[in-house]
Amino acid sequence: MDFSLSKEHEMARQLFKDFAEKEVKPLAQEIDEAHRFPRETVDKLAKYGFLGIPVAKEFGGQGCDVLTYAMCVEEMSKVCGTTGVIVSAHTSLCLDPIMTFGTPEQKEKFAKPLAKGEKLGAFGLTEPGAGTDAQGQQTKAVLDGDEWVLNGSKCFITNGKEADVYVIFAVTGKIEKRGKFMKEISAFIVEKGTPGFTFGTKENKMGICASSTYELIFTDCRIPKENLLGQQGKGFNIAMHTLDGGRIGIAAQALGIAEGALETTIAYVKERKQFGKTIAQQQNTQFQLADMATKVEAAKLLVYKAAAKKDEYTKNPKISYSVEAAMAKLYAAEVAMEVTTKCVQLHGGYGYIKEYGVERMMRDAKITEIYEGTSEVQRMVISANLLK
Amino acid sequence: MKIIVCIKQVPDTKGGVKFNPDGTLDRGAMLAIMNPDDKAGLEAALRLKDQYGAEVTVLTMGLPKAADALREALAMGADKAVLVTDRVLGGADTWATSTTIAGAIRNLDYDLIITGRQAIDGDTAQVGPQIAEHLQIPVISYAQEIKVDGNKVTVKRMYDDRYHMVEAQMPCLITALSELNEPRYMTPGGIFDACKAEITTWGRADLKDVDDSNIGLAGSPTKIARASDKVRKGAGEKFVPESPADAVDIIVGKLKEKHVI
Repeated sequence: MDFSLSKEHEMARQLFKDFAEKEVKPLAQEIDEAHRFPRETVDKLAKYGFLGIPVAKEFGGQGCDVLTYAMCVEEMSKVCGTTGVIVSAHTSLCLDPIMTFGTPEQKEKFAKPLAKGEKLGAFGLTEPGAGTDAQGQQTKAVLDGDEWVLNGSKCFITNGKEADVYVIFAVTGKIEKRGKFMKEISAFIVEKGTPGFTFGTKENKMGICASSTYELIFTDCRIPKENLLGQQGKGFNIAMHTLDGGRIGIAAQALGIAEGALETTIAYVKERKQFGKTIAQQQNTQFQLADMATKVEAAKLLVYKAAAKKDEYTKNPKISYSVEAAMAKLYAAEVAMEVTTKCVQLHGGYGYIKEYGVERMMRDAKITEIYEGTSEVQRMVISANLLK
Repeated sequence: MKIIVCIKQVPDTKGGVKFNPDGTLDRGAMLAIMNPDDKAGLEAALRLKDQYGAEVTVLTMGLPKAADALREALAMGADKAVLVTDRVLGGADTWATSTTIAGAIRNLDYDLIITGRQAIDGDTAQVGPQIAEHLQIPVISYAQEIKVDGNKVTVKRMYDDRYHMVEAQMPCLITALSELNEPRYMTPGGIFDACKAEITTWGRADLKDVDDSNIGLAGSPTKIARASDKVRKGAGEKFVPESPADAVDIIVGKLKEKHVI
């Protein structure tokens, strides 16, 4: 077992680190306070290929692996949780299902511009009455001639108003399973600008404030028949597969936030003096830092292992990476919350002031325990595998 | 158009300079980076490639680990890489270095050679012009703008208080300033390709028309008596002028005292 990174991964990490420091960090505080989507950063991410990292070159991507993509999300999130989730939602939740389930035509038409970063992607599963429980879906799609007609709404959609291509789930009928009728769910690709597709409320959030989180509304929205993604009725499987991958992205985001807070705090405790010595010289600080660093390292190993497992899956689709992804997300998110909270505490009063950054990281960390499956859902996934 | 960019892997001086007990640079203890002026030269070459189409070859002389700087250049968009490495080339000063690099370049076709103005570890600014001298081609140093028209290059050559517009026929050599441009980042895909790419490695035997008396430590006329880090400046003198006129008198007086004016 070799825990060292390859030359490629070392170089990629340095690249992401430099980019994050120079291009992302200077904006992090301002966009958080102004709740402003960092379009200029997205343009730069696109220019350098960061929006198509695990996609094959023939489809406009970089031809790298999932670990490289996870490291990109991690390094962006070290300095800005919002930028991390923009990359993650685009790559894991929109590009990945199109690359996995799309027809050659769909890959050419939608995945290519997404991977090149010419377009931004989003994913719509959650509804006011359906989050974790996908069977609660109310959005409907009815086939009318050569078009599907969508009616309903989706909420809490990341990259909401800023995206160009959306993977949307809707009920397309009923199926009988073990004597019970269940909703048949299908996945669709919807483009921004399609008549009948509008935006509702912009959410005013606790953290990842610069991320564009919107309600999507479909009113007799007609999309071409060929925009059905995967087979009709396979939507639930597509959603679950997508979220498994998405969890690696969010786990990487959580890991990055925890690392960013820890790095900031290590620098701070060496400077801050109380009772005639730096707080780094206090044993309480030393022990807290040691515990945090150990947990962050454990989280990193889980995240990288899940990414490596997904890479293995691309070569051998018979294996599953769902448990690894759930463990990585569960642990990294809880570590992010714990570490950022302790980092605020170690900063004392300054930790509560926006200027010092750790306050933002603590707010950003919270969402990683909630979206793309709450920590409770991750525990369900992990235990179901243990008890099957 | 064929462009050769000469680059050097240097210790990153950002985190301070570290020395071995014998006074030589402890390169192992410092992060190695591509020299900033050379990176600007590479970016200039890549922009010419984007604009006019060109084949960009990066070349370096150094230890085997200097291949890292070449891989970075490939990941930014260079097409080919050449590493000149050999024990007998070690300890070279600017003369021996330029002789060696010129000997390597004689094996290659080129229209334009771009080097950085100077490296942050030696700050001599001699190697670029010396290479041109060995190859008997024109050199334009301190370039802040480069334009190509047919087989001519027009370069804005910077001075402290003015610039010259200089035109030359290719083949020629240009030395680039880090102010020339903002170098691009690598791309993730570029990194993966660069790590798989083959780097041409040449040793002493591959150098063309180079005499043994002009290479390595033995072929280096420069002798370094002593090396040291920058001397830290003291706290300085503080004055509390009574009026703006008084402040001017103090400043002008000090400048005269130091023979600045």
